[in-house]
Amino acid sequence: MKVLLVDDEKELVSTLAERLSLRDIEADWVTTGEEAIKCVELKRYDVAVLDIKMPRIGGIELKKKLEEKTPDLKYIFITGHGSEDDFMTASNETGAGYYLVKPVNIDELIRKMKEILLNK
Amino acid sequence: MVMLEKLKPKFWDYQDVAAGPYKHLFNFRRIWELAVMLVSLVALIPLVSITLIDYGVTQHSVESEVLLRTARLVSNTWRTVSFFLAQRISALDFVVRDNSYASLRDPERLSGILENLKQGFGGFVDLGVIDSTGRQITYAGPYKLEGIDYHDQGWFKEVADKGVNVSDVFMGFRRTPHIVIAVRHQLPNGSFYILRATIDTDRFNELLADLEVSGQGDSFLINKEGILQTPSRDYGKVLDKIPLPVPDFSPKTRVYEEEYPGDKHLVIGYAYIHDTPFILMIVKQKDELMKPWQKTRIQLIGFLVASMIIIVVVVLSVATYLVNRILIADQKRIMTLHEVEYSNKMASIGRLAAGVAHEINNPLAIINEKIGLIKDIFTIKDEFKGNRKLMDLIDSALSSVDRCGAITKRLLNFARHLDVKIQTVNLEEVISDVLGFLSKEAEYRSIVVSVNVPGDIPRFESDRGKLQQIFLNIVNNAFAAVKDGGKLDISAKREGTNLISVTFTDDGCGIPASDLERVFEPFFSTKTQQGGTGLGLSITYGLIQELGGNIGVQSEVGKGSSFIVTIPLKMGKKEK
Repeated sequence: MKVLLVDDEKELVSTLAERLSLRDIEADWVTTGEEAIKCVELKRYDVAVLDIKMPRIGGIELKKKLEEKTPDLKYIFITGHGSEDDFMTASNETGAGYYLVKPVNIDELIRKMKEILLNK
Repeated sequence: MVMLEKLKPKFWDYQDVAAGPYKHLFNFRRIWELAVMLVSLVALIPLVSITLIDYGVTQHSVESEVLLRTARLVSNTWRTVSFFLAQRISALDFVVRDNSYASLRDPERLSGILENLKQGFGGFVDLGVIDSTGRQITYAGPYKLEGIDYHDQGWFKEVADKGVNVSDVFMGFRRTPHIVIAVRHQLPNGSFYILRATIDTDRFNELLADLEVSGQGDSFLINKEGILQTPSRDYGKVLDKIPLPVPDFSPKTRVYEEEYPGDKHLVIGYAYIHDTPFILMIVKQKDELMKPWQKTRIQLIGFLVASMIIIVVVVLSVATYLVNRILIADQKRIMTLHEVEYSNKMASIGRLAAGVAHEINNPLAIINEKIGLIKDIFTIKDEFKGNRKLMDLIDSALSSVDRCGAITKRLLNFARHLDVKIQTVNLEEVISDVLGFLSKEAEYRSIVVSVNVPGDIPRFESDRGKLQQIFLNIVNNAFAAVKDGGKLDISAKREGTNLISVTFTDDGCGIPASDLERVFEPFFSTKTQQGGTGLGLSITYGLIQELGGNIGVQSEVGKGSSFIVTIPLKMGKKEK
């Protein structure tokens, strides 16, 4: 399973990637949307974990752009604005997907990733 | 005083707290006084003036009518009396022209003439012929009066001069009141004789007695000295002097008013009867005549007083009603101002809270990940395995991160709903969100809060932000009312198909019955000294109204209060 983590908080995203690696999950991380697009062009990923609020290109917009490049990629959103309403908005705009609220529980994240890949 | 206190309208002692420099615009008592004064004056002045004018005009016309009627009666009676005398004078004149002096000196012939006059005219008592020396030559009648000498009597001289004479009433030889009518006849030889008739005054009296005089009136004849010639009911017998002054001569009928001793106001009509010593007088009592006016007057005054009372009552109630409405409008205005202020404040607090929560959330997430990583390393790498102490520390740090996360989530959740409109709401969630804010206070004060939301309460359409504020206000109030260790019970219930009710029951100090109906009024506060504005429950009430719901309260002093909020499951289309 190859995962791409995108969040503007470098400390967060890098640590998360390291923790996933410790659990034998191959995780790359970037801090901007532009870098994420480049990564996708270079490598194939199974799941992208996107922060909804990021400078310039937000998670939802980024998802649309990535979909053009890799139709098979699955998405999980994470957000700092913890509320169900954000999920609703995001869900309406992007179609079915998974959402997590920061601070993220890593076991939950892994569970969701496995779930999403099983539903393929 | 108690009555007055009860009648006193609400605005009487009202002071507008928000009027500032425009205090005079909100002096409701002054507005009321001005309105009452102006409207009363505008209504009462024309009414009083018109009534007074009408009073004067009506009184004047009744008086004129009284005088006119009296004048007409005098005039008619005068004509009757004059006609009566003229008839008899003409009869005597006819007799002297129709008969020669010689035939009139025949007693039998004279008796025949007297008989004819009695039959034909009535009232004649006797008849006599008197020669130019004043001696009665012939006499026909009940007395023996032949040969009597009249030459030194006034009437004789009068008739010798003027040709006709009607005497005053007098007793004469007969000892009964009578008048004498005498006519002179010129003889061809330059001498003359006089035919003299005595007329019974009974006929006269009958003439006047038959009159129907209104106003307890009295009609009689007097002579120019004021001696009664016919009996009067009120002013004496025949030949008495009347107690009234003799009226001045007037060729026509006249009416005047006279004060009579004994507080009587008299209306007197009189007429001089030409060629006789008689004055016809008709005397009426003005008070009697003005009786119809008294009735009209009472009606007029009654109308005026009744109208004035009605006007004053109507003006007072309308002014009170209107000023009360203005007061209510003013209070609503102030409340709206406060509501706007309040919701602005809430929104600011919300934004601040959201900002803080969001800012904290990111570093918190980093801490979470870093500690998570440490834990991962400890768990996965063998060298630290089994170090319980380190693991406990890490778990404790993680659980603190979880707590912080829960707080920021709650803050964000609360703030977000302050400006969100209608949405699907889960009642239990709203209540637990609200209680989340107060759980620490409840814990410190050992207040037991129990929530009971049964399973049949569906999710429903409402404004979650407003519901939060409503519940927060009520729970805050309950916390203020209960002592440490008190109890608050929140229970929801379905009410029919369209409503749910949420009841907040506390065991606090309770609300006195007298205040119970006022708790939702703006600015009603029993805690003004402690900084209460008296707006909490009134704003709550306003918010519930906006949701289309209702709020009720039951309370007993010392036992606690119950606030029952009823909310519709579907909000109306109206959105504010």
